[in-house]
Amino acid sequence: MSQAAATNAVSTDPSRRARLAEFWYYFSENRGAVIGLVVFLFLVLLAIFAPWVAPHDPVMQYRDAVKVPPVWQEGGRAEFLLGTDAVGRDMLSRLIYGTRFSLFVGVIVTTLSLVGGIALGVIAGYFRGWVDTVIMRVMDIILAFPSLLLALVLVAVLGPGLVNAMIAIALVFQPHFVRLTRAAVMSEKSRDYVVAAKVSGAGHGRLMFKTILPNCMAPLIVQATLSFSSAILDAAALGFLGMGAQPPTPEWGTMLAEAREFINSHWWIVTLPGIAILITVLAINLMGDGLRDALDPKLKRS
Amino acid sequence: MALLEIENLVVEFQTATGPFRAVDGVSMKVHEKEVLAIVGESGSGKSVSMLAAMGLLPWTAKVTADKLTFNGRDLLGMAPAERKKIIGKDISMIFQEPVASLNPCFTVGFQIEEVLRIHLGLDKAQRRKRAIELFEAVGIPDPGERLGHYPHQMSGGQCQRVMIAIAIACNPKLLIADEPTTALDVTIQKQILDLLMRLQAEHGMGLIMITHNMGVVAETADRVVVQYKGRKMEEADVLSLFESPKSNYTRALLAALPDNATGDRLPTISELFVDEQSLQGAAR
Amino acid sequence: MTVVLEARNLVRDYHIPGGLMKKAKTVHALKGVSFSVEEGKTLAIVGESGCGKSTLGRILTLIDPATSGDLLIDGNKVDITKGDLTPEMRRKVQIVFQNPYGSLNPRQKIGDILTEPLIINTKTPADERRERAMAMLKKVGLDEKHYNRYPHMFSGGQRQRIAIARALMLNPKLLVLDEPVSALDLSVQAQVLNLLADLQDEFQLTYVFISHDLSVVRYIADEVMVMYFGEAVEYGSRDEVFADPKHSYTKTLFAATPRADVASIKARLAKKQAA
Repeated sequence: MSQAAATNAVSTDPSRRARLAEFWYYFSENRGAVIGLVVFLFLVLLAIFAPWVAPHDPVMQYRDAVKVPPVWQEGGRAEFLLGTDAVGRDMLSRLIYGTRFSLFVGVIVTTLSLVGGIALGVIAGYFRGWVDTVIMRVMDIILAFPSLLLALVLVAVLGPGLVNAMIAIALVFQPHFVRLTRAAVMSEKSRDYVVAAKVSGAGHGRLMFKTILPNCMAPLIVQATLSFSSAILDAAALGFLGMGAQPPTPEWGTMLAEAREFINSHWWIVTLPGIAILITVLAINLMGDGLRDALDPKLKRS
Repeated sequence: MALLEIENLVVEFQTATGPFRAVDGVSMKVHEKEVLAIVGESGSGKSVSMLAAMGLLPWTAKVTADKLTFNGRDLLGMAPAERKKIIGKDISMIFQEPVASLNPCFTVGFQIEEVLRIHLGLDKAQRRKRAIELFEAVGIPDPGERLGHYPHQMSGGQCQRVMIAIAIACNPKLLIADEPTTALDVTIQKQILDLLMRLQAEHGMGLIMITHNMGVVAETADRVVVQYKGRKMEEADVLSLFESPKSNYTRALLAALPDNATGDRLPTISELFVDEQSLQGAAR
Repeated sequence: MTVVLEARNLVRDYHIPGGLMKKAKTVHALKGVSFSVEEGKTLAIVGESGCGKSTLGRILTLIDPATSGDLLIDGNKVDITKGDLTPEMRRKVQIVFQNPYGSLNPRQKIGDILTEPLIINTKTPADERRERAMAMLKKVGLDEKHYNRYPHMFSGGQRQRIAIARALMLNPKLLVLDEPVSALDLSVQAQVLNLLADLQDEFQLTYVFISHDLSVVRYIADEVMVMYFGEAVEYGSRDEVFADPKHSYTKTLFAATPRADVASIKARLAKKQAA
């Protein structure tokens, strides 16, 4: 019996690659997730190589080519594939550069709220008692505000601008991570392996961050992907309301705000940034779904 | 005539790493009023073979058999609706985790009356009367009040009694008990086993006892099937199994019991039983 | 013979705070338990769920404090609420849990699991830690190639061997075994019991073996203590307790344990024939 089990263990590749392969097996079963991943990777490449890919400078105003329609419409010009905006800037170049800002917002906001949320959540879930009560009540208060409104107020206090908008959004997203981490830590804390680590003399810090935290990461990774897309949306909304990135920054939300008045006459100036936001958010959400599928059964199995 | 007859049962599961054969050519018969114990360690396929016979496996499982009949009727070829009528009425089953097998959202009374309604079509007053009778039969004190309790208000032993009451509600001809006492304390185990044996004798049921515990086998069975890695190693009446086991595996299993220890180390299965060779020689 | 572990009148109460509708109440999980274990011996603590045997195990392992009473390890009184818990004390007592699937950190490699106690408690250099972990793996019947694997690649019996190896890394004097074989198959159970016996001989370990399985207890124990609702109702040498149980609960427990011998099967079948 045990011999057979031993040979079984031998045949399982112990390397990291085997675990990756298993992850990919579950991830790739979800076709939407793979499409999302491909689109997302494409966007990342676009953001990195924006200066080489974009045909024009995103803030360069071509006075002779104001409100030129996309190339397939009557009056379109080959040098402006997706047309130009109200002051003659190339739409395509602006959208390509806009990818940079959106992904930047996503990365920074997610990192900030993830790090802060994990730290607070682990402390609350591990120590319980009054520490837990204080942290969770503060989080409840943050959650009680409509999230965009709170972000708006924070930006109003800090002053408009992309960096301040990111800080505000990160703060608004924090409670979700705190709650998720706290719940995971509480359920892991009573497991035998944690007690065993305690018996071998591990201190609080080691127990919290080396023993318990790595076992709580799967739901956090999923939540982080989903926040990534919400952050992009919220940043666009703040930009649209004039509280985010300031013109002439080619940020998608700001672009939308500038072009509001042309919604009836020159559709491309408004619609294209909207579509860009839609595609990005959709791709990331699809990817998040696949991540959940791939990571959650793993939790159940162990 | 045999109550349940299984010939050359094979169950395969589709997994990420290819097909996995959980049961490999198992045959057995259960006669009326007989207690058959199926004994084996984890991975022996003892539960899977019974779930397959009941048609309770998920769709990823492929079940084939030369013969799978209950009371002379073919279970495999039967329409699912037809099969559903038999299972739960003529064959019923109890499981290892009594608290988990009951729905925590409903009272135990509701759950037992639901079975009576679906399978026997009794009206409300009849259902309640029968439910009280059944609770009395399985030794639950104060049945009238107990019917209104939720599973979490009862102990593990009490929950298992409720499960047994539900299982015998329709006077089944065959009761399959899958590790019915593994999650229970020894003294409670004794009570539940005594109850099962009493009900089996009173109702003249066939009883299949799935277990890994040789003590439980010795205390209950008339006949025993020993399974290992999906195959049947031995089939014998209980006395000759313990007195003179025929297969090496059974011999090794009995020797590994701490009760039978001589000297200060236990013989282990791997010393006494070399897997592959014995598998070749074992009766299939 | 030196006494490694002594408990004097250990009591443990749990206070359940009251809510709006309920009154606060106190549960007496342990009602004054006393015993002592000599070096190299095994004390088995037997009882059913809720009898306080696991609570006692956690007190002995210095995880939870006792409400009152004295706990002496190696002749030194330990009270973890008073900060008596020095690293040296910690190293003397280790634990092996019932469920080998929950007691190993799924995100740690076997090597890390085994060397962690050394990293925390000693200043052993990395090479030596690795060497000692490798040696311990072999001692519990595993192989050096298992060093870099994760727990999910092992069977239940192998995991229990790893858990035992981890407990032994700090060279403890006392090992608390909380139902170490009840989650294992019969054949694997025999192997783990043999391993425990081998290790006891080699390192002169003292065991507190918590179990509900009387046949295992009869096989492994030198002394037996039977617990019932937080009290020790029977305490004596194995042969005494098994040959002549005094308390009615002990007798009930013995009578309820299924017997797998030919004589009792014959008796049962004869009774069935007669009925």
